Amino acid sequence: MNADLHLWLIPLLPFAGFLINGILGRGLPKWLVTMITLLAPLASFCVVFNASLGIFGFLPAFNSLPYVETCPLPWISAGLLHIDFSFVLDQLSLVMLLVVTGVGFLIHVYSVGYMGDDKGYARYFSYLNLFLFFMTVLVLAGNALVMFIGWEGVGLASYLLIGFWFQKKSAADAGKKAFIVNRIGDFGFLVGMFLLVANFGTLTFSEIGAKLNATPAWQGGVLTIIALCLMLGAAGKSAQLPLYIWLPDAMEGPTPVSALIHAATMVTAGVYMVARTHVLFDHSPVALGVVATVGAATAIFAATIALVQNDIKRVLAYSTISQLGYMFLGCGVAAYSAAIFHLMTHAFFKALLFLAAGSVIHAIGGEQDLRKMGGLRKKLPVTFTITTIGVLAIAGIFPFAGFFSKDAILYAAFLQGTNGKILWFVGLLTALLTAFYMFRLWYLAFMGKPRSPEVHAHECPWSMRGPLLILAALSICGGWIGIERFGTFLAPSIGALPTEAGDWRLEIILSIATVAFALEGWLIADKFYRRKPERPAQYVAALPASYKLLANKYFIDEFYGTVVVKPLLAVSKFFLEWVVDIGILGGVAWLLGGVATFAGAILQRWQSGNLRSYAAWLAAGAAAVLLFLLVPWATVLANLPAIHLGMTEH
Amino acid sequence: MNPLLTQEVPLSWYLLLSAVLFSLGVVGFLIKRNLITVFMSIELMLNGVNLSFVTFAHQWHAVKGQIFVFFVMMVAAAEASVGLAIIIAVFRARATLAVDRIDRMKL
Repeated sequence: MNADLHLWLIPLLPFAGFLINGILGRGLPKWLVTMITLLAPLASFCVVFNASLGIFGFLPAFNSLPYVETCPLPWISAGLLHIDFSFVLDQLSLVMLLVVTGVGFLIHVYSVGYMGDDKGYARYFSYLNLFLFFMTVLVLAGNALVMFIGWEGVGLASYLLIGFWFQKKSAADAGKKAFIVNRIGDFGFLVGMFLLVANFGTLTFSEIGAKLNATPAWQGGVLTIIALCLMLGAAGKSAQLPLYIWLPDAMEGPTPVSALIHAATMVTAGVYMVARTHVLFDHSPVALGVVATVGAATAIFAATIALVQNDIKRVLAYSTISQLGYMFLGCGVAAYSAAIFHLMTHAFFKALLFLAAGSVIHAIGGEQDLRKMGGLRKKLPVTFTITTIGVLAIAGIFPFAGFFSKDAILYAAFLQGTNGKILWFVGLLTALLTAFYMFRLWYLAFMGKPRSPEVHAHECPWSMRGPLLILAALSICGGWIGIERFGTFLAPSIGALPTEAGDWRLEIILSIATVAFALEGWLIADKFYRRKPERPAQYVAALPASYKLLANKYFIDEFYGTVVVKPLLAVSKFFLEWVVDIGILGGVAWLLGGVATFAGAILQRWQSGNLRSYAAWLAAGAAAVLLFLLVPWATVLANLPAIHLGMTEH
Repeated sequence: MNPLLTQEVPLSWYLLLSAVLFSLGVVGFLIKRNLITVFMSIELMLNGVNLSFVTFAHQWHAVKGQIFVFFVMMVAAAEASVGLAIIIAVFRARATLAVDRIDRMKL
């Protein structure tokens, strides 16, 4: 028996919040803006929660999954292609929705405290609600086109919020960068969709899955191309190599935005999309290999950059990229539920870390440089405690949330033959680096002596502390559900974990290895930043080239600037502007205008005002009409040769 | 009796006369510079047309053409009164009746 779950309410409520606050927000009192903006995601969360109660069997009206809700009006109908505006709730989207609306609500609450003094208060919250609207559309989408709407929409919301302080040039530039880099990925997504329509005649995920399951022999070929196109889209949205460059710059936005959009939810959309279209990837070993390799490479690449960053938010941004790499590594070894598991725990602890960082930044008056912090442990005891929890969780220390999910991914990678062992080792190394840079952040910010003693730090208000505490609890317990139970729950929508080759002894040994590597990272950080604080400087002096490479992020921005941006600007300037715009378009416009002016200059002589000239033209016209009517032109023309001949004969 | 008198005048003669009258009107309208002469040329054209109406009405024994002529005369009378009033007004404003010098819509 199925009860009506009213899925359409989930995106629509935040959208209503966006409209009200976006249109009327400037005139409304602040408490009303706050109420509206908080109620919208809370109500959405309640709808999702109600649905999950039904699904877990707590309500009598049990809903079997997947539960589909389709707009009764036809949306797109062109020839054989029919696309409905449909929402689908299955295990996968349920988990995502709980994370998106739950964490989203907490970050809304946090923002009330964080953005309390900002002039653009209503604007900020309307954007935040707009983001939730598009994100829930993306997650609920039953076909690729609806997902694309959400996909583009979250990109828009991300752009608006990165450039929220648009008076600052760096923020406006970062917004543009994020938008443009995402366009490259969206191009891949679009081409993938076109190929899906061409090869399957549908964009509905369930139909594509059914067709592929009916033809298990269909491997590779065009499926690889489709999967790689989709992966390009995912790499753009989820900041993977080579399109990761926008995410570190996106830290120009307000910190809660970084927590919500650029850590917990939007950037994981790529992982979600890969999991959603996993059947395609399952039918293409090449694409899976690419996904796994890109994921592992991004994980270690971003982790090495994070080692030497001094901006607290940039460290977290690179760690986000690195953790997203883990998720793609999980997808690439077909352990989709492990990837989604890590997505979920990452949403908890990374949102926590960002919010804690925001609380630190808030407390010491907008300073983001780790080198100017220090000794905040005593001044900000609450923030210190929850950051510690977040750091332990992301480092993968047992029994915090990150341990379970990271371990599940690494274990799944280990089981994938020789290549899998290499990927596993890269992941393990990344775990060490992760522990190192996170504890580096921890030591620099909270331990030791204050490096800027004049700063008066103060703990944040309760509206900010509340969400932090909830997220801290989730970062501790979020992993306890265990990958087996989580995988079994998700299995109907994204397939079971490939665990047949392993046994529990191997799993425990690998877990111990992971934790050992993480602890090793901690120990190194401890040595570098507590016991022998002169060490980092010595290393920098000993390896100036390596340090320069890392500190400048492998010069990737400079590389793209030289290879892509500058030629593009040159082409725009010299070819598009001067030749096409001024030359061709301007020339055509000038020509048309010139012809009209010239013709007008001649024709205006007719309009002399002279009565007799008008009369003459009238008479001439009448004469012409008479000539036309009275002379049998058709006969004359037909007999013209005969007349001519007759004339010559005579 | 002179046979010419008993014979009916052929149709073409009437039409020829009508065409001559009309053409004289047109030419007068185009070449004359005095507004009153131009006005008279219009009357000439109207009467040329009237003649052809009457001719055809007689030829076909149809009374419609003759009725039409009455209408044309009536309209011509109305037009003459209005036109003459305009001419007087123009003369008062411009102190001239040369058509070529009356080439502005405004005074």
